[in-house]
Amino acid sequence: MDEIQKSLLEKIADIHEVPEGAYNIRSNGQLEGRNTTANIDIVTKKDEPGIDIIIKPGTKNESVHIPVILSESGLKDMVYNDFYIGEGADVTIVAGCGIHNCGVDTSEHDGIHTFYIGKNAKVKYIEKHYGEGDGAGERILNPTTIVHIEDGGYMEMETTQIKGVDSTVRDTKADLADGATLVIKEKIMTHGRQTAETNFTVELNGVDSSANVISRSVAKGESKQVFNSNICGNNQCYGHTECDAILMDNGHVKAVPSLEANNLDASLVHEAAIGKIAGDQLIKLMTLGLTEAQAEEQIINGFMK
Amino acid sequence: MLELQNIGYAVEEGNTRKEILKNISLKIDDRFVAITGPNGGGKSTLAKIIAGINKPTSGKILLDGEDITDLSVTERANKGISFAFQQPVRFKGLTVRDLITLAKGEKISVAEACSYLSEVGLCAKDYINREVNASLSGGELKRIEIAMIIARGTKLSLFDEPEAGIDLWSFNNLIKVFEGMHEKINGSILIISHQERILNIADKIIVISDGQVAAQGTKQEVLPKLLASSEACETLMNKLV
Repeated sequence: MDEIQKSLLEKIADIHEVPEGAYNIRSNGQLEGRNTTANIDIVTKKDEPGIDIIIKPGTKNESVHIPVILSESGLKDMVYNDFYIGEGADVTIVAGCGIHNCGVDTSEHDGIHTFYIGKNAKVKYIEKHYGEGDGAGERILNPTTIVHIEDGGYMEMETTQIKGVDSTVRDTKADLADGATLVIKEKIMTHGRQTAETNFTVELNGVDSSANVISRSVAKGESKQVFNSNICGNNQCYGHTECDAILMDNGHVKAVPSLEANNLDASLVHEAAIGKIAGDQLIKLMTLGLTEAQAEEQIINGFMK
Repeated sequence: MLELQNIGYAVEEGNTRKEILKNISLKIDDRFVAITGPNGGGKSTLAKIIAGINKPTSGKILLDGEDITDLSVTERANKGISFAFQQPVRFKGLTVRDLITLAKGEKISVAEACSYLSEVGLCAKDYINREVNASLSGGELKRIEIAMIIARGTKLSLFDEPEAGIDLWSFNNLIKVFEGMHEKINGSILIISHQERILNIADKIIVISDGQVAAQGTKQEVLPKLLASSEACETLMNKLV
């Protein structure tokens, strides 16, 4: 692995050489390294590009890293990764994609991740997207995440796209059985002429299932963002969706939260707020001795933390 | 020392010009100065003019003899002016520790940050990592606002109605904070307040009414006049007569 690839790996997965536990590193469309453990198996798919990650029931406190890095300009990479999380397991999965494009051609990675979360299993899924490189070639990331959570299962999904991705369409679909819980925390910052679209569809099918979808975003420059969130309550359940966006320069944000209740005992809430940084926040920090630019930076950093 | 020379502030409302402050001249060199007076009299506007948030339409502001009239909010903050807002600002994502650190202007230890919170009567370990968002009550925000001013420890600290939005019980504790500050702070405190107990600990009281200095002096000189002229007393007097 060269220095560019190593640096990308650090940005998206906070790892330097090889991670602890199970991992699968994909670099420029090729397998770069893999490790399995007694409880976590990783198998290359035969009929399509991608891997199956199989976690045995009852696996506790283990982690899986599956970073993808692209440093060749003009590469279009597409993978299907399926995660099978056994009953009662408690694991952390770190995915992420970093693109370094200093060429003129478009580099693109589309990952389709499907999670099958067993009864009472608990998953923390962390995904970071990052792009860099001074070439004219675009950096495109289109992740699709499909989540099926069985009775009593729990998934917390933290997705972050802070820098350098020119265009992204993120689709997330989930269905939840009895007592299952889904928490999604999304952070997006766009600048320049970037575009980002995120679409969430959550089906709360089970009794006492619950979902909380929270998006925080900052749109700078001429960038454009669209946030679509749809929560369907098909049983006695609780759903909450929140979109909070800060506009800067000529940023553009459209938030379309929607709720659909198909059961008398469904309780659903949506909130959306879009606006520039409040003037009194800037002034408060300026009375502490910060310049306007420093105050702005602190407010944005805190907001995206 | 802060000196205001002939400060005027006017705003345009439609076609009419409204004078909020008229020719205010003041010297503030005592340790603890209270500004009081009826609502709408221009007190908060005056505080904002001192902090640099509003620019006066006429007059000059001097800090230790230096003309700071044209300096920005940031420049004045760095010259030693601190300002506690009447309505503290909420920040999504920034924690109490972040704000105390920014106020101090340098990296500080958790213990040090906690000491400022303890001074305003907050149990530090419960607050240090809390976000300064809507989950904090008005009284808690007020205390954090005051802790930031203590952390800065500048030569002039402005407080705009620290009692506003605080219940009577919390206010009793807050009074102790100001009594303590009176002893400890290195510099002058300028506090806008309607509370008699705050006025009682002031070295000097300034009454601002209808955009002008209506009276100034020690509490012995000012308080009796203030009470006699207040509307409530007038009504009472009329009833007695």
